[in-house]
Amino acid sequence: MSPMLSVTSLSKKYGAAVAVDGISFDVGKSEIVGLLGPNGAGKTTTINMTLGVLAPDSGTVQIKGLDLAVNRSQAIALTNFAAVYTPLPGNLTVYQNLRVFGLLYEVQELPVRIDELLRQFDLVAFRNKKCGVLSSGEQTRVSLAKAMLNEPQLLLLDEPTASLDPATAREIRKGIREFARRGTAGVLWTSHNMYEVEEVCDRVLFLSHGRILLEGDPKLLPAQHGKKTLEDLFVAVAREPLTLERG
Amino acid sequence: MSVHRIYAIVIRQYYLLRGSLSRVVPIFAWIAVDMILWGFLTRYLNTVASPGFNFVPALLGAVLLWDFFIRIMHGITMAFLEDVWSRNFLNIFASPLLIPEYVSGLVLSSIATSLLGLGVMLGIATLCFKLSLFVYGVMVLPFLLVLFLFGISIGIFGSALVLRFGPASEWFIWPLPALISPFAGVLYPVATLPHWMQGVSRLLPPAYVFEGLRAIVSGGTASGMALLAGALLAIGYILLAYFFFVKVYQHALRTGLIARYSAENLG
Repeated sequence: MSPMLSVTSLSKKYGAAVAVDGISFDVGKSEIVGLLGPNGAGKTTTINMTLGVLAPDSGTVQIKGLDLAVNRSQAIALTNFAAVYTPLPGNLTVYQNLRVFGLLYEVQELPVRIDELLRQFDLVAFRNKKCGVLSSGEQTRVSLAKAMLNEPQLLLLDEPTASLDPATAREIRKGIREFARRGTAGVLWTSHNMYEVEEVCDRVLFLSHGRILLEGDPKLLPAQHGKKTLEDLFVAVAREPLTLERG
Repeated sequence: MSVHRIYAIVIRQYYLLRGSLSRVVPIFAWIAVDMILWGFLTRYLNTVASPGFNFVPALLGAVLLWDFFIRIMHGITMAFLEDVWSRNFLNIFASPLLIPEYVSGLVLSSIATSLLGLGVMLGIATLCFKLSLFVYGVMVLPFLLVLFLFGISIGIFGSALVLRFGPASEWFIWPLPALISPFAGVLYPVATLPHWMQGVSRLLPPAYVFEGLRAIVSGGTASGMALLAGALLAIGYILLAYFFFVKVYQHALRTGLIARYSAENLG
């Protein structure tokens, strides 16, 4: 069976600067994979190529066996995403935004699905409020509700809890873990919160200068590389990438 | 092509218009002012010019049709700019939406707003200045069709310019109708223009409309072949504009402009 996401030899340059340098990885069903690395490591570039909003220079992205370059619309219909830097339009209400994006993803029984998500993400009180007047945490919850509209088989989350308070972030992590455990989807997750990554991710990929430097279980990886915590390992990757090798 | 996804683009515009007086008023406010201004001017000209010639269908009717073209063009670009202003490109282009669906949604949104504008213009021109489009006979339909098609092409072209050169370049697109109008012969016969300008006019579909309009007002007939040529030209421009939009979109995919669009143009 095809993995939910299969990235093969993916590369992207901006002029002379190499953003992503021939990376390959998979995300399996029920799996939450953390994409980690310092700023500029290539995480967001990788996610953008996976979302089809950035064309790779070489390599392929397959979503459940569908080549993104060939079957873009069908492949993207299986995904959804939330990123801290892409709030939904502030001039539409929560309901209107979910309706518009529900139509874009051709969600069946959309009104019922929207009501479910409003309850799930504690947004019922904000249903008819414009997104622009919501707090950043509330906007993040709306983005996450939008990301779950089509019950994606590949969920891409770029720092999804960055603007959430600890209690809400914990609830969101729990919800996404449960979503992955249902066995219908894989999740690719970027975060700078190593505590969160250790709690949520089944596997992590450390990116540095556009290459995957390390890969493994976030609970075991630090000890395997002589570090006490995942955060120590992150700092080592950021400062001394040449001293580490892909495990 | 998915009807649902096209509908999503249209209903987004409906939501924005429904909740915002500042979006609804411009749809008809300036064209209403145009109708009143040109209405009184034509009424005045009728009193000082030689009797027998009616300036209302010649000038006010021409301005009405020209404003209809501008509304079609603005309808598309405004719908597109809503995505620019709300920094929504990443959300919509990371969805299954196809470019033909997106452009179709923009065009359908524009039809709705333009018909509203046309209705208001007709109301003012008819009630206040006794302009009737029936004076042009059945030719009013090809007149509107050619201007509609050309408005679509310029709207798509303008949207592509903004996609290519960044949010600040919206100021490229507002003056486009003003740049075209001297060549289009909206208010005067194309023969009035110098030779080189007439050459440009022949490439502009509206010129065929306004020449036809003046022929009818002068007691003659509009050339069906000329209007057909205008319509074919306009269809050609739609195809060119769409091709340009797709090329700009592909460039934006390669350079990462879509993903980083909110941060101005990257060059």
